[in-house]
Formats: sequence, structure tokens, C-alpha cells
Amino acid sequence: MLNNHSIPARTRGADHSPESPLSIHDLTVAYDRKPVLWDVDLEVSAGKLIGIVGPNGAGKSTLIKAVLDLLPRASGHVNIFGKSYKESRARVGYVPQRESVDWDFPVSALDVVAMGRYRKIGWCRPVTRSHKNAAMEALDRVGIANLAHRQISQLSGGQQQRAFLARALVQDADLYLMDEPFAAVDAATETAIVGLLQNLRERGKTCLIVHHDLQTVREYFDEVILMNMRVVAHGPTETTFTEENLRKTYGGKLTLLGEAAEANARQSAGKH
Amino acid sequence: MLESLESWSWALDGWIIAAGALCAAASALLGPYLVLRKMSMMGDAISHAVLPGIAIAFLVTESRASLPMFIGAAIVGLLTAIFTEWIRRFGKVDEGASMGVVFTGLFALGLVLVVQAADKVDLDPGCVLYGAIELTPLDTTTVLGYDVPRVVITLGAVALLNLTCVLLFYKELKITSFDPALATTLGISSRLMHYLLMTLVAITAVASFEAVGNILVVAMLIVPAAAAYMLTDRLSVMIFLSVIIGIASAALGHLSAIMVPAIFGFGSTITAGMMALSAGVLFVVAALCGPRHGIIIKLIQRRRFAAKCLGAPH
Repeated sequence: MLNNHSIPARTRGADHSPESPLSIHDLTVAYDRKPVLWDVDLEVSAGKLIGIVGPNGAGKSTLIKAVLDLLPRASGHVNIFGKSYKESRARVGYVPQRESVDWDFPVSALDVVAMGRYRKIGWCRPVTRSHKNAAMEALDRVGIANLAHRQISQLSGGQQQRAFLARALVQDADLYLMDEPFAAVDAATETAIVGLLQNLRERGKTCLIVHHDLQTVREYFDEVILMNMRVVAHGPTETTFTEENLRKTYGGKLTLLGEAAEANARQSAGKH
Repeated sequence: MLESLESWSWALDGWIIAAGALCAAASALLGPYLVLRKMSMMGDAISHAVLPGIAIAFLVTESRASLPMFIGAAIVGLLTAIFTEWIRRFGKVDEGASMGVVFTGLFALGLVLVVQAADKVDLDPGCVLYGAIELTPLDTTTVLGYDVPRVVITLGAVALLNLTCVLLFYKELKITSFDPALATTLGISSRLMHYLLMTLVAITAVASFEAVGNILVVAMLIVPAAAAYMLTDRLSVMIFLSVIIGIASAALGHLSAIMVPAIFGFGSTITAGMMALSAGVLFVVAALCGPRHGIIIKLIQRRRFAAKCLGAPH
């Protein structure tokens, strides 16, 4: 269904508009002198769903965290809509990995979603009715408004992920960085998330999404970034998500490659 | 058993309970955040580590004036948090180990200094360890025409400070405890809130050391909050219940310090110890009878489920 809209055949780095949602130059991140990201250059075009794909430990989450200033950069710089991250903070939404928080925390789903509005609300001010309404609307959009007042450990994994996405929605950002929103969710949630992402794209938002399931890359994303410490390839999924590029990214892990090749074959068979 | 209460005097026992309750309330306001951030032991570490701050303030000012003591202890409390973070990051040991290094080191330094200071000023190592809440009513100052114990004023001020911060930064403390990474991307620095919390814990530990000593203050920081966690799944309710449980254990503690030993024919025992014990008893009650996480309700649910499974048609 994604293929009925045309993807401009643009190669990596061709878009040099200063208003690019995210451009990264020579970014290196190291943990104790051991580089995790090496010399990353990226220029992301607006209004796209972009998958970040690569083996475990390839630095996908690290890339997102380094963009968000959550990790120190050894070198390089990041521009978001032509400005530094600090200046355009309000235009960036973040969806962390689901396992990164304690789901036994005594808050309701609505509380969690309302957290997305905390910047707008400002320091030391209470969460007012209008913010709660916005949070409720977002919960409704992800289809779990009926669970708004449940304590979050009573939600299923998929519902928790939806709450996280609702929280990102109320941030009303222009660039979203999502760390594995599809990890361990049920089929219904997966469909709901895809619908939501497409809706965000229609509204001109850009989403960078760390993704693990090679079989769905072609179906979900307009562009793909293949990573393994460096950016191995970046471009339209159609031309970039090739077996050769995957082999470069994953090295010798042939089972994975087999799966991806199979999915590729199935996709192209379905198209022609 | 009730005869033991014959010597009860509101002027004495009332103030002792007031001091205990204020100390418990001040600690119980911060406790929920320590418990939820899984850093209960940080409260322990800081309350030990403020000792050198207190001792240095004594040695410098040669008095028990509150303000220098607070400043000294707050600085050392913050240093504990900072050192712990440094050692964890650069020494590559886990947080528990690095905390163990920092707070025992500082505590030992504090003990050495206290023993030194004891010759010069009225400072007793025993009092530092388990407080002297029974002596509270003896040291008073006049406020608005009333004689109010000095300790009650300090603890009242600290309880008010903690209440103000917990109310003012409710939302900020909540998000930095739940999802520090997201908080930071929203411009609410989780590091800033961490150090704010640590400063408040240090100040509370100093204010409490005269009342319950700086070891038992850990019980007041953690036990009421842990009990409240058993009873609710709303943060605001948890903080409220934590304060109520804290105050209840102060009152229960003082009463049982007088009454319980009398049952066995002994004189009254120390209130601070009984306060911590009462808090422990209240925790056990909460753990047993809690509506969601309680042991009894879980047993009943399991029975019911088993009965349902057995009764269901095959």
C-alpha cells in the first residue's frame, strides 16, 4: 500500500536544504574510547518514514540518543531544522524503548501521556484540564482511551507501546525519533502503529524509526538507513534495501539475510 | 499497662511526638521518590555521609547553631551524590559498591571528627547515632510568646521546605523518576532534579539527626514510603499515605516506648528506636492487607481462581 505514492529517486546527501529535519556531520560517539558510532553523515529529508536498520550493537539507539544530547559526542555536530538541538528541542519528539522505564511506577496511562505536554505546561505549573483533554484525545487516537485510568502495569505490552506513542503525539513535534516502537507488540498494535505513522507523514512530519524486523522494512518505510557503526547505506527503500547492502551491513549472518531476501522476493513478486 | 502513662505530660510528651511527627513527615515526603527511583540506599548513604559536615560545622562554629550545620551537611550530602556518580563512572563499579566506598569513608571521617569535637563542644557520638528525642522539650526558644523546642522549629521548617518542593516540582520529580531520558529531552534536566532531591535528603538528615539520629532517619525515609507503595497505584496518594504512615509511626513509637517495656516490668525505652519499629510494623500490616499488592488479597485471588478453574465445566 505504501508503494502507490512515488518516492523521489534521491540519493544520500543530495538534499542540502538548510531546513532539513535532521542533518548529522561527522558524528562519532564512543564509550570509553571504544567507538560505537564512527563518522556518521546523514541528511534526512522531510515528511518521510525512515527505518534505521542494522545488527545488534550497530549503534542505532546510540545514534538517536546522541542526536538528543542524551549521550556525549566525541566529535561532529547535529542540526535539526537548521538549528542546534537545544534551539529546536520543542520540534523533536522522542519515543524511548519500552523496556527503558519501570512499568510498576504508580501512574495511570493518562498520566504517562500527559507527560508529553510537560514542556508546554512549563516548570512548576500543574497539568490543567485542557492538557488532560489533549492526552485523552491522543489515547483515543491510538485506540486505548478506555484504559486511560488504568495503572500502567495493567496494560499489555502493545497497549504500553501505544501509550508511549500517544505521549509522542501530544508533544506535537515535527521530527520524531522512535526507538523500536514495533518491538514485541501484537499484530493489532503493529497495524495501529503503521496507520499512525502514515498519518504523521501525511501531516508532513518526519519519523526516524529503529526497526528490527527486516521482513517489514519494504512495506513500512520510504527510506532506510542501514547501519553498522557507520552508515552503510542510506536512501529510498526501493533502491537501498538490497541484498548486497544488507550483506555489507550484517556481514555473515546468513539466516537473517535469507529471511530478508525471501521477503524482498515476495514483495517484488507481489508487485509485478 | 496504662499506669505507665501516668507520668504523661503534654508539655513533654506532646513536644516529643510533635518532633517525631515532623521528622517523619519531612522524610516521608521525599521517601516515595527514593523508593521509586530505586535509590533507597542513597538515602542511607547521604544520612551517614552528612556526619563530617555536621562535625566540621561544630568544630568551626563551636556551637550547635543550625544554619552552619545545615550548610555543611547539605554540601557533604551533595558531594556524596557527586562522588558516588564519579566513582561509578570512572571506577567502573556498580552504584552499590561506589556508594559503599563514599559513605563509609565520609562516615568514618565524621566519627573521627565528632570524637575530636566532643572534647570541645557538647556533642555525643551516641546522640549522633540514635538521637535524643526525649531531650527535645528541654531546649526551647520563644516564638510568638510560646516556648517551643528548638528541634521542633528546625524540623518544622524542613518539613515545610520539603512540602513546598514536592508540591512545586511535583510534575518534574514525577517525570524524572519515571522516564529520565524523556524528561531531559523535554528540557527538564533529570540531573538537576536528582541533585535537588539529594540536597533535600541531606538537609532532612541533618535536621533529623538530633531527633532520631542519622541512622534511624533512613527508616523514616524509606519504610513509610515502601508501606504506602503497597497501598496505592497513584503517586500523589502514595506521597500522602507515606506522610500519614510516618506521622502515625511517630505517635505509635512514643506511646509504645512508654507502654511496651512496662508490660514486661521495665522502664520506658528510647522513642527513636520504637518509631522505627512502629514504622516496620505498619509496613508489615500494609504488605499483608494492601488492596492490590497485599499478600492476603493475592492469596484470596489465587484461591478464587483455583476454585473457578475446578468449578468450570470441562
